[in-house]
Amino acid sequence: MNRLSNRFFTSAFASPLFRGACAAVAAFLVLGLFPPPAAAAVEVFATVPEWAALAQEIGGDKVRVYSATQGLQDPHRIDAKPSLIARARSAQLVVATGAELEVGWLPVVVRESGNARIQPGQPGYFEAARYVAMLEVPAVLDRAHGDVHAGGNPHVQTDPRNLFRIGEALAARLAELDPPNAAAYQAGYRDFAGRLRNAVARWEKEAAPLRGVPILVQHKAFPYLQNWLGLTEVGCLEAKPGVEPSSAQLAGIVAQQAARPAKMVIRAAYQYDAPSRWIAERARIPAVTLPFTIGGTPEAKDLFWLYDDTVRRLLKGLQE
Amino acid sequence: MRTAVPTVRELAFAAALSVPLSIASPAHAAGPAKDTDLAQIRAQLQQMKDAYEQRIAALEQRLAQAESTAGQAARSAEASATQAQVAVQEASLRAAPPAAPAGPASGFNPEVSLILQGQYKSMKDVPERAITGFWPAGGHDHGADPRGFSLDHSELVMAANIDPWWRGQLMLGLQDDKAEVEEAWFQSLGIGHGIGLKAGRIRSGIGYLNEQHAHAWDFADAPLIYKAMFGEHGSYAQDGVQLKWVAPTETFVELGAELGRGAAFPGTDRNKNGSGSGALFAHFGGDVGANHSWRTGVSYLRTAAREREAHFTDVGGLEAQGAFAGNSRTWIADFVWKWAPNGNPKYQNFKLQGEWFQRREQGTLDCRDEDGVGNACAAGVLSDYASRQSGWYLQGVYQFTPNWRAGARYDRLDSGRRDFGVNAANLVVDSYRPSRATLMADYSWSEFSRLRLQFARDRSMQGITDNQVTLQYIMSLGAHGAHKF
Repeated sequence: MNRLSNRFFTSAFASPLFRGACAAVAAFLVLGLFPPPAAAAVEVFATVPEWAALAQEIGGDKVRVYSATQGLQDPHRIDAKPSLIARARSAQLVVATGAELEVGWLPVVVRESGNARIQPGQPGYFEAARYVAMLEVPAVLDRAHGDVHAGGNPHVQTDPRNLFRIGEALAARLAELDPPNAAAYQAGYRDFAGRLRNAVARWEKEAAPLRGVPILVQHKAFPYLQNWLGLTEVGCLEAKPGVEPSSAQLAGIVAQQAARPAKMVIRAAYQYDAPSRWIAERARIPAVTLPFTIGGTPEAKDLFWLYDDTVRRLLKGLQE
Repeated sequence: MRTAVPTVRELAFAAALSVPLSIASPAHAAGPAKDTDLAQIRAQLQQMKDAYEQRIAALEQRLAQAESTAGQAARSAEASATQAQVAVQEASLRAAPPAAPAGPASGFNPEVSLILQGQYKSMKDVPERAITGFWPAGGHDHGADPRGFSLDHSELVMAANIDPWWRGQLMLGLQDDKAEVEEAWFQSLGIGHGIGLKAGRIRSGIGYLNEQHAHAWDFADAPLIYKAMFGEHGSYAQDGVQLKWVAPTETFVELGAELGRGAAFPGTDRNKNGSGSGALFAHFGGDVGANHSWRTGVSYLRTAAREREAHFTDVGGLEAQGAFAGNSRTWIADFVWKWAPNGNPKYQNFKLQGEWFQRREQGTLDCRDEDGVGNACAAGVLSDYASRQSGWYLQGVYQFTPNWRAGARYDRLDSGRRDFGVNAANLVVDSYRPSRATLMADYSWSEFSRLRLQFARDRSMQGITDNQVTLQYIMSLGAHGAHKF
């Protein structure tokens, strides 16, 4: 080693701060490479509350679930926060929506975590949208059409029937990652699917009056819900996905009411209420806030309450 | 299925018409047709017509049967228990194959994005812009923005996963006469244990703003201290390797070390084996409640210089040249705090960030008279050189609607201790505290386009108060990767 680098290292090592840093590095390395006997539970990092809840339903006490976001956050626009990187670091399974919903933050979080198990392509990386028949897959990819997703509309959780396929795949993935508990995951899924089947039947019965009801949506967040309950979307407040509507656009929507009257305007709870309220006042129709995910409304406490509350709020909107 | 019927019928008639035509034409060509021939043809046509009509009738009957069966099935399904219906739906959803389109080979192309940046800038006409009391990072060339309309460099970015173990990225800065490789590196994906390895030309992980490219800045220019410490690019980059480790803790702890060529200011390219620069950094971060998140860090950069040149003024007011050789050590403390109601930054958010720098340099100063103007160093004077200088900035940016943001920034530097040894008798040693106050407002049509207006009162040059107005645009095209926190 030549003189200059010698000088560099001697004087660098002489610094007490540097020695302190080295000690800290050593301590963390020991802890990191040889962690204390790992807790049996599979560490799950879910990007949104609905997948956190699904993983919990299937995995029960065999999983420890962290949700990167809560119900009032726009899942498109999350910062790649240090807290998320820290959580992703120790995760064994990332459960994401996919279809580019989390493209603005998850890739950075996953890469920066230094966790090889959860990189895309590994068994520890799960995308729900891969197991669903996607709607609104764009024929043309051009930003002139706003923030479109190449894989189709990513808001698949608004149709509970999608949870059957996603849940089945998630149970299989958990079983692959944790073979000793494979039977527990299968049983967890079967139990969940049974309860969900009954609930879907009930929701569909309750929601029968909603079939064919014309609605306005603030963001194209509900095609799967519309498809499920037979709601008819006659207009979208955001002329381009992800771009806030201008007052001229809103005025156009109100004018359109005469020709194609909508019964209500719906928005996801995480969205600004101003545009849908504005429309509601001018068009004299109710503005309905849907939970969109768990925690979006106080009532939407779990996956079952999520659809309970969604149907209830839509029916209430219809009666107003 | 209903639409298929006319299609069948049309086809049948088209076929029926085309057959006699094709038979008739050669007959015409052969000369006037006999009556018996015509009768034969008519008979044939009649036969064919009958045959087709029979077939069509049979098809229509089968279709009607199918429709009625389907109708019955649908009615019976409706009549049956709704739970069974859900099971059917579930089965049909299951039967739908997951959309996994097999893309063409071009699907493996890297994510490509282009950043277009340009500005209009109004400021004082100062021939040699340099921050008073600090060694000019650019040496002889003064790379400040031009006045009036100008194009910043355009950035071309290409990035992709290389294989399951590595990811690569290239970032080119394009200007009129050159394309500069700003970053070109590969990064590990498969090491695990929280370890990240990056190698190539990298922006160092020191400080907070250092890794961010100009298009991600909240102001049109870099903080003064970044310009003073690292030059006009406002960032320290080098060719080398970076090793990072994220601790398995709920609080974010990231430790990193870098070794590299160290060719960039404050070091110089020194044509040697081994490394010319080393950096250490530690970052910590986390959330406080749903609304607040933070990151803080300390960093250390050590590099060395040979023949690092700058202009000086001698005690008689004549120009002199000085060359530094020695070591340069820089300490950085940084923090950033972000607020967003319910952690949802789309509509409203606030970001407060600040960084403090201290640099110590030790070595020799070779004072010269390269242009033969007869300055105090005409014979060449070699002296000791030592300096301890510091500076900081603090900035806040508030996004108050999805489209509008406003921000303020204050920069303050201290030329600190500058010991020129015996050359203190030959050269003017400036002692000054440069400062700058900046206000900005920007409008974003979407995440991909931004227009910014900025006012700055720049007192970085002693005796000059420069009021600067900048109107800047930043446009992002293509698949641009997510930004860091």
